[in-house]
Amino acid sequence: MSRVLVGVKRVIDYAVKIRVKPDQSGVVTDGVKHSMNPFCEIAVEEAVKLKEKKFIKEVVAVSCGPSQVTETIRTALAMGCDRGIHVEVSGKDYEAMGPLQISKIFAALAKKEEASLVILGKQAIDDDCNQTGQMTAALLDWPQGTFASEVTIDGETVKVVREIDGGLETIKISMPAVLTADLRLNTPRYATLPNIMKAKKKKIANMKPADLGVDMVSRVEVLRVDEPPTRLAGVKVETVDDLVAKLKANGTI
Amino acid sequence: KWAVMCLLLRSGFHLMVVLLELPEMHQMMRQTCRDYADRELGPIAGKLDKEHLFPAQQVRELGAMGVMAVEVPEALGGAGMDYLAYSLAVEEISRGCGSTGCVVSVNNSLYIGPILKFGTQKQKEQWITPFTTGEKVGCFALSEPGNGSDAGAASTLARQEGEEWVLNGTKAWITNSWDASATVIFATTDKSLKHKGISAFLVPMPHPGLSLGKKEDKLGIRATSTANLILEDCRIPLGNMLGSRGSGFKIAMQTLDSGRIGIASQALGIAQAALDCAADYAHKRTAFGAPIGKLQAVQFKLADMAVAVESARLLTWKAAMLKDAKKPFTKEAAMAKLAASEAATFCGHQSIQVLGGMGYVTDMPAERHYRDARITEIYEGTSEIQRLVIAGQLLKEYAS
Repeated sequence: MSRVLVGVKRVIDYAVKIRVKPDQSGVVTDGVKHSMNPFCEIAVEEAVKLKEKKFIKEVVAVSCGPSQVTETIRTALAMGCDRGIHVEVSGKDYEAMGPLQISKIFAALAKKEEASLVILGKQAIDDDCNQTGQMTAALLDWPQGTFASEVTIDGETVKVVREIDGGLETIKISMPAVLTADLRLNTPRYATLPNIMKAKKKKIANMKPADLGVDMVSRVEVLRVDEPPTRLAGVKVETVDDLVAKLKANGTI
Repeated sequence: KWAVMCLLLRSGFHLMVVLLELPEMHQMMRQTCRDYADRELGPIAGKLDKEHLFPAQQVRELGAMGVMAVEVPEALGGAGMDYLAYSLAVEEISRGCGSTGCVVSVNNSLYIGPILKFGTQKQKEQWITPFTTGEKVGCFALSEPGNGSDAGAASTLARQEGEEWVLNGTKAWITNSWDASATVIFATTDKSLKHKGISAFLVPMPHPGLSLGKKEDKLGIRATSTANLILEDCRIPLGNMLGSRGSGFKIAMQTLDSGRIGIASQALGIAQAALDCAADYAHKRTAFGAPIGKLQAVQFKLADMAVAVESARLLTWKAAMLKDAKKPFTKEAAMAKLAASEAATFCGHQSIQVLGGMGYVTDMPAERHYRDARITEIYEGTSEIQRLVIAGQLLKEYAS
């Protein structure tokens, strides 16, 4: 029984203009539009496609956070996931929640659900950590295929084409494995109206990190959040030699 | 105020709650339509308008999403949702592209609507199911060169000859005509019975005896095709009559009642797009040393636009919810269509004003919203007809 876990994170919508809170403890989230992390959408799409191609039997969407994250899980269900798991985290625990805690939760769930694959977005657009997939694989001692732009299942192995700085790298890893989705892996489908109706009937299970034996204590403390510095005007130069001279003068090279 | 509250409570506490916040399924549905409109329609709407292009691929994609047959039961290939969901879908699609919103509305309300309500099971399977996927769209042929508002004066004739109906006449201003694969068409079967002698028919397109007039060159919604339907001894099987003989006028009027909610939704989408354009510009454009959004003259315009759109939206939602609750909704649908279409033309006008010179050129979408808005005060019942409908209902309520 081949089962895939997909992580979906509720983040501030990509189109929203981010504002830092006056006390500099974080960004304003109240009343701000949230949606599914774009890389998580790509992860869900890949999982649903694998199910449609009959490589896997069941796709389980997982999200960690307060009650609002169930909206994100429902969107995943409307895209074609079979059921959802909501791991309740709220208050201070939620504010301090990071890749280490999430990866512990996913590792525990992967074992509990006997998943063959855990598919995550490569990173979230709010913290840009790019750690959860890697940490989850390490905790499980599973192989990982990160920055995937192409995934092909062949029996008990997965061929992953990865986007790396130098170009593309193709690896073959055995299942169970962790994959993280990069931008060009696929184009996520729009939730169709009939699927939105069907999603109403799909189950979302509720649990707490403690039920999975995970402690949410963070090892990281956010001291201060600042706006990025305002971008200053550039300087135009006439020749390449001028450019090199200027870069040397201000210590860049 | 008390009377309104009691009315609301009688209509169900649910109605009041929905007005405050949409149910989760409706929010999700609205979001998916909004995402589609933003990503797939917004970027091409200008081109579709300029080149008079029917959005065939987008209609297919919307069909795959269930948007071309929102209210149709799943068993027939539709999305199986309610009219409130349909209204939200049309508004969001229209916000991306007014023309595409029109195609969606005509297919759902004017073509599928009457067949769903008055058709036999066999007719539903034959004439609805293929039109749910976006591969085929339908149209609605009531108006004639000689009568628009005066729908009872239909001069298109249908006579029975053996096992066939033979149709003769001309229909005018038919939206989707050049892109449609079928039409719901109204013709007189018994002239002596006046408007009680009109019947409804289903005609496939193309079909021998049915030809299309030239495509009208319109001010707005230019990605839709509008033309005459010319019937010259057009023969159809007896089984192609929709509903009973002589019930055509009733079918048309009931169809337009629902269609009004669709057009109100289209108008809301166009109005909202115009408001979005103006509000965004007010942030960015500076004059007299500050963004023009700081100027009261601009603020008053934006406030008036927002009130016009939001109040028309609530009227539209109410009409849709009354229909879903199977309560009478004729008056509310007419109010919604009137309010929304006038909000659309108002917002279109004011949006250009806020943009100034930039509003007059095609670089910005304001001029397209202005042009697209105009038709909403005319088709599916002119604003004048809506006022007659509302007054008629009101006077009935006050009659002793």
